[in-house]
Amino acid sequence: MTSWTGYLRSDGSKGIRDWILVVHTVECARFVAERIASGEENVCCIGYEPCNDNDYAIRLLLALSRHPNAGGALFVGLGCEYTQPRRLAEVTAASGRPADWFFIQDTGGTATAVTEGKRRLTALRERVEKNRKPVPMGWQDLTVGCECGGSDATSGLAGNPLAGRFFDRLVDRGGTAVFEEMAELVGLLPELQRRAETPEAAEEIRAAYENMERYCTSVRQYSISPGNFAGGLSTIEEKSCGAYAKSGSRPIRGVIRVSERPPGKGLWLMDSLPDPHHMQFGYSNPHDTEGLMDLLSAGCQVLFFVTGRGSPVGAPLAPVVKITGNSGTFRKMEEDMDFDAGRILSGETGFDEAALELESLVERICGGERSKSELLGHREYAIDCKFQDTGRPRRC
Amino acid sequence: MKDILETTSGTGKINDEIPALLLSETDDVATLLSSAEKGALVRILSGGRVLRAADAIPLHHKIALRPLSRGETVLKYGVAIGRARQDIPAGAWVHLHNLESFLDEKSSSLDLHTGVDTVRQYE
Repeated sequence: MTSWTGYLRSDGSKGIRDWILVVHTVECARFVAERIASGEENVCCIGYEPCNDNDYAIRLLLALSRHPNAGGALFVGLGCEYTQPRRLAEVTAASGRPADWFFIQDTGGTATAVTEGKRRLTALRERVEKNRKPVPMGWQDLTVGCECGGSDATSGLAGNPLAGRFFDRLVDRGGTAVFEEMAELVGLLPELQRRAETPEAAEEIRAAYENMERYCTSVRQYSISPGNFAGGLSTIEEKSCGAYAKSGSRPIRGVIRVSERPPGKGLWLMDSLPDPHHMQFGYSNPHDTEGLMDLLSAGCQVLFFVTGRGSPVGAPLAPVVKITGNSGTFRKMEEDMDFDAGRILSGETGFDEAALELESLVERICGGERSKSELLGHREYAIDCKFQDTGRPRRC
Repeated sequence: MKDILETTSGTGKINDEIPALLLSETDDVATLLSSAEKGALVRILSGGRVLRAADAIPLHHKIALRPLSRGETVLKYGVAIGRARQDIPAGAWVHLHNLESFLDEKSSSLDLHTGVDTVRQYE
């Protein structure tokens, strides 16, 4: 049975990495936070820009601070903003992870705050290392999320179907898979409902689909861009068929929203679209980094990014495995691309063979091998202001 | 849509014919695996049918497998991906100039080759 060493968290989840986060709670604290994280091994910086108060952003910051691949966090605030670093640190600490915080305005100027932050980070690192619990980990402990972007026609012919084949195998071994991009499932409601595991799941899918239709109609913006058209995709409906292929073929257990962990094993659909009556605020998916953050918020320890046209982006916390169905793109951007699924289209390999090869790569990455974007130091992040219901009373 | 895995495997180029993938038996278009000059022979990989490209068609773009009338629904993956904006002859390049989304009105104003918006002013 496949196994590698992971890090046990108090909620029972296991991480394949042990990152320490430095989190800025407003744009004004970003520079100091980035300087604190700079040059530090196993430390990455994320944060929230607006000074305003937003439930969605707070939930996302907490989901990332308590991600299976996160071992601890230092929250850096300016002192004026709504989002409170102390409260974020308290919730993170309650999850069994060492956490600390401070305000720049209480500490001093830039250089003083960076020195203070580095001092706190060193102390935090000692606690994280002491807290570390290495345990055996396997496919059943793994959640893999898949996003596609910079798509061309090959994404729907090779890249996404290959990711789907991997998902099928992961689900069959007791693992968890999350696919997203509700706004790239246009025209596929009957197909999605056919795959719903239960009538409840079919209802969740219908509600999320109808919200997506209302959203796209009201903002008059569909999730398709110049590069997609140039790459042979002519309509959002065509792009959707290709994007949908990444879901594989197993039953869809239900719909989760941003910052929710899948409530069980198997295949889940992530919906990150804003709520209907708040549609005038926020974007559905302004860029791929937001999609990767959505998947991270669900606790995915590994992220797949299928990109026919190529993309350099990575993510904090989890390795991004970049798969392209376009061998030309692979050759052109080999320094960024992890897997050439275009070999399926040229007949050099088949889906079964390629799925085994991808699985072996993922296994090595889970065991510590760095993906291309990790090696290059990519840590792009985006935490947006958005309005999405969780069933609790809604506030701005 | 469940047929993608079967139809995509093993699709090398044969002689001088341009290979094209047909994803579902009911589809009106196939996807070219090499770019085609106008007049080039295009071989549909499942079924082995050969037809002549009526236009130059870029790599990974679509060729019409039969004549399509204006307003007709166009299928790929066995799914409706849009409708014909004009009559489309068999062998033609099917893209923004002759195919439109049922929902997205924006694509008709984009540059056919680059997909870039040609209407927006940068001032």
